[in-house]
Amino acid sequence: MSVLVYTESLKGKFKKNAFEAASYAHKVAQDLGTTVTAVSFNAEEDALLGTYGVSKVLKVSGDSLATFNAKAYAEVLAEAAKAEDTKVIILSSSADSKFLAPILAAKLTAGYVPNVVAAPESTSPFVVKRTAFSNKGFAMTEISSDVKVIGVSSNAFGVVENNVSASVEDFGPSLGDNAFAVKSVEVDRVVGKATIADADIVVSGGRGLKGPENWGMVEELADVLGAATACSKPVSDMGWRPHSEHVGQTGKPVASNLYIAIGISGAIQHLAGINASKVKVVINNDPEAPFFKAADYGIVGDAFEVVPELIEKLKEFKAQNT
Amino acid sequence: MKILVCISNVPDTTSKINFTEGDTKFDTNGVQFVINPNDEFGLTRAMWFKEKQGATVHVVNVGGAQTEPTIRKALAIGADEAIRVDAEPKDGFFVAQQLAEVVKNGDYDLIIAGRESIDYNGGMVPGILATLLDMNFVNTCIGLEIDGDSATAVREIDGGKEKISTSLPLVIGGQKGLVEESDLRIPNMRGIMMARKKALNVVEPIDAPQPTQDQKFEKPAAKGPVKLVDASNVGELVELLHNEAKVI
Repeated sequence: MSVLVYTESLKGKFKKNAFEAASYAHKVAQDLGTTVTAVSFNAEEDALLGTYGVSKVLKVSGDSLATFNAKAYAEVLAEAAKAEDTKVIILSSSADSKFLAPILAAKLTAGYVPNVVAAPESTSPFVVKRTAFSNKGFAMTEISSDVKVIGVSSNAFGVVENNVSASVEDFGPSLGDNAFAVKSVEVDRVVGKATIADADIVVSGGRGLKGPENWGMVEELADVLGAATACSKPVSDMGWRPHSEHVGQTGKPVASNLYIAIGISGAIQHLAGINASKVKVVINNDPEAPFFKAADYGIVGDAFEVVPELIEKLKEFKAQNT
Repeated sequence: MKILVCISNVPDTTSKINFTEGDTKFDTNGVQFVINPNDEFGLTRAMWFKEKQGATVHVVNVGGAQTEPTIRKALAIGADEAIRVDAEPKDGFFVAQQLAEVVKNGDYDLIIAGRESIDYNGGMVPGILATLLDMNFVNTCIGLEIDGDSATAVREIDGGKEKISTSLPLVIGGQKGLVEESDLRIPNMRGIMMARKKALNVVEPIDAPQPTQDQKFEKPAAKGPVKLVDASNVGELVELLHNEAKVI
């Protein structure tokens, strides 16, 4: 009856979203009067999950599951759910979790709710709050199936420490060849740089920057802050920046602690995509830009003067505070 | 190759979102409906397969009669035939089961859906559909090539992309990148005229469970006014972000 959580890792290290998912699972387990069991894949520090309330880790290892494979991972989780007689499964809202969750839900005939932003409103009936309409609204969604799959939004419920001691057991269900019919050939991942999905700070540029040659200062600002870089839709459509940086309703959602928009007017689709960010800063020379209505802090001014100045001030600040 | 493109009828991306009936329903009053953008990228890629590789393209929507203008638009863009499953799309699991029935009856090799609809954002229909049918599945797909029964796909991952090799029959959760924004097609008059003559078959839904239900909606809390910092005093912004917002 334990609550099951899929704890994602990369190169053996747990991701922040694993700790968020585990924290959420602990809250649900408390509400249901049960414990949390995690499933990890080739992770190196399984006992660390105890910090976030996991009492048992089903440790999956082996070369065949070294690279993420949605169907194979979903089968492992489905087997773990059966072994644990699990009624609630918690995942993150990463690209991998969103790939795997529907497969898992279909296998277990479970209701699946992604983008959940808060602890359950109630567990009987089981109701969760999630974003809807691409962050232009929220829905209270009831899950009425016996087994429930919940995808937790990043940076919403957050990471909560609940120290328990975690036992680690090897777990290795046998998988048929069919589980590997979708094969990863090559993974091309940016290393050593924060990604939009898990960055605490995102620095984003828009058409106001006039051309791709002017992105140096956006990248420098991001470097100083340890931030990920992003851009508006027109910028990606014009090919100034890669699609992977496009944030907004049809691009990536952003749920960072701090979002800095430079030369972005603030179209409704863009504002929807970044709405889940906690603190928003806008730098724009047009005081009428709609972004000023959505932002917490703003500077009306020429980005080409303000941003270099901001970089200098941040460097001074960092020098004093480290 | 026979392709089925699943399209969702959604509010235009510029729509302001309001709720009605005691915040239990989306208020469609004054809202313009369009093909879900993630689905439209897939439909446009399907047109490429039709023109370059001789594929047949059908579109399907689960919805009431009010979605037919959106379906006709897909026909005007170039789909050969359309199917409408005459049911309210209650939740993702329900919709996927309806689509699975359509696929079983249609002998499709490739099913292209969007990674999520921009209204209810369930993001589950393609994955559940693939699993119900025991077909291969690639989500957040930003590139797709088909050669005989082999498929090469590119998937967007957090912080990069992944090249994937698989085979038909295949279900795709597509998004921008399958084609570029500039590749999207606006139906011309000839396409619109031809679309009127193309088959739009209405089929009855099957009985299917609906494991989730939206009970109530709310809008994000209203925002306080922006705090402006003078452009000549950028240091104040750093100070506010550190001491007041506590984010640096």
